[in-house]
Amino acid sequence: MSDSDGLYRRRHATDTFFRAACMVAVALALIPLVSVLYYTAARGIGGIDLDFFTELPKPVGETGGGMGNAIDGTLRLIGMSCAIGIPVGVLAGVFLAEFPGTRFATLVRFSADVMSGIPSITVGIFAYSVVVLKMGRFSAIAGSVALAVIMLPTVTRTTEELLKLVPAMLREAALGLGVSKWRATVHVVLRTAAPGIATGVMLAVARVGGETAPLLFTAFNNRFWADGMDQPVASLPVQIYTYAVSPFEDWHRQAWAAALVLVTLVLLLNVTAKLLVRHRVSGR
Amino acid sequence: MAQTSQVSLIRAQPRLLRRLGREANPGDLIFRTLTGFFAVTVVLVVAAMAIQMTLGASLSLREFGLGFITSVDWDPVRESFGALPFIFGTVVSSLLALALAVPVALGVALYLTELCPLKLRQPLAFVIELLAAVPSVVYGLWGIFALAPFMRDHVEPLLKSTLGFLPFFSGPHQGYGMLTGGIILSIMILPTIASVTREVLKAIPDHFREAALALGATKWESLRDVVLPLARSGIVGAVILGLGRALGETMAVTMVIGNRAEISASLFAPSYTMASVIANEFTEATGDLYLSSLSEIGLLLFVVTLLLNIVARLLVWRVARPAEGAR
Repeated sequence: MSDSDGLYRRRHATDTFFRAACMVAVALALIPLVSVLYYTAARGIGGIDLDFFTELPKPVGETGGGMGNAIDGTLRLIGMSCAIGIPVGVLAGVFLAEFPGTRFATLVRFSADVMSGIPSITVGIFAYSVVVLKMGRFSAIAGSVALAVIMLPTVTRTTEELLKLVPAMLREAALGLGVSKWRATVHVVLRTAAPGIATGVMLAVARVGGETAPLLFTAFNNRFWADGMDQPVASLPVQIYTYAVSPFEDWHRQAWAAALVLVTLVLLLNVTAKLLVRHRVSGR
Repeated sequence: MAQTSQVSLIRAQPRLLRRLGREANPGDLIFRTLTGFFAVTVVLVVAAMAIQMTLGASLSLREFGLGFITSVDWDPVRESFGALPFIFGTVVSSLLALALAVPVALGVALYLTELCPLKLRQPLAFVIELLAAVPSVVYGLWGIFALAPFMRDHVEPLLKSTLGFLPFFSGPHQGYGMLTGGIILSIMILPTIASVTREVLKAIPDHFREAALALGATKWESLRDVVLPLARSGIVGAVILGLGRALGETMAVTMVIGNRAEISASLFAPSYTMASVIANEFTEATGDLYLSSLSEIGLLLFVVTLLLNIVARLLVWRVARPAEGAR
């Protein structure tokens, strides 16, 4: 009797220990997030002023100046990489959702999944050899190509997933009215899934917006305003890196400010994307 | 007689209709071809990367052969290149990251799928995934100004005074080095491992859990004896995905690992990773052989992460297969 009581108690003690260990793990995982966000907010807020958004960087040794060119450069890079990556990714995703069962679809799906795990720095080397070497110089285009490759799997897979969430009823209703398959897909399925696809795009932008490594030797850097997409451009992540490893106090201050801008952008995109999806799901 | 022909007509109909339908509507054909073309693009990009990286590295591959990965000599001036210190730095920092991240990530995934109150589940999962959303360079910045000083002033002295007799925790400590690099990596791969594990655990049907609980098992017993064995290959896949991410992670590690091409037993010592050396030296590489050697490091990284990802995806797909054609 007391033996089985002991066993019972031991089993429950183990169970309680397990539950506690899992909670500790969650707490441990949250510490770095809270710390990073706290540091970024606390140190970055002081560096944010109008100059930060509109001015060019000052030469070494002078305080002040801003990151206007880097913000402009980041927007250019994101815009162009979206122009390349989103059409390809969305259409590939449509193919996966519309013609699923084939071996070819499995290969594409697998390639996209594998691609999302390829280090971004090797994507940079790829863009360097395909674009920079051909053009003979670093350029915003080269950086955009690298970012487009990085966003491609995210856009493809989210598009596929979200098209599959569209109720079959809608498609069947359209087909039942005698509409051809492509019309049903474009006018009914894609339209229904549009907010979801927008979500995928936002997540992709959030992902590439902070990418640094592939830009180091594609978009490179530029102390001035960008002349054109065939010229090197500055970007927020590269500027944060350059300033962070420099020995100057004022540059550190600006690096934190840039980090605050970047983190805010990324978090906003993530939260919006999340809310969009939730709204859709609960609305049904 | 009449009946059979009718049956065969009905049987033949869908195929006939499909064929007719395809030929009768050029729009559908164009639609299929167009989207198919972009789907091919995804596969082609992966193939093109493999080819380009190999081409870029060909000079160094021919010059050094296998010696490239066994030599510790990295001397741009004499044009002698060996990648062993970088391989060492990458492997050790990644394994360190796994050792730190895997238990925490499993705990998080188990908590989120099995223990967490339903209302808290979604928001908490979202917050954990934000860890993956923070850009690498921001982790690096935080690493330089928050983590490294903290390591130097608190963690490393403590390790040294308690475990200093081990070669891993000896020597001078400045906060920048293998240990700090491993810790920052572990933070960055944690959300990957946790979210894939969560996906895998969610794919295990509830009746397994319910059966175990109905037999009187505690929550922990139901997980240990029933759910986890079923999820094992998927969890291994998740860990391998995390490893792949750690191997290729660049900026944050570059900013805290010290960037010195040395092989040292001490985790306090500065080190250098494959991704870091590419990030630091690629734009300054003068000479074709130098550039090609850096490309070969990139190729190694590419091939290893590609293989790891293939293995990991297959393992994860075994448990949580993405629904194909399930509408």
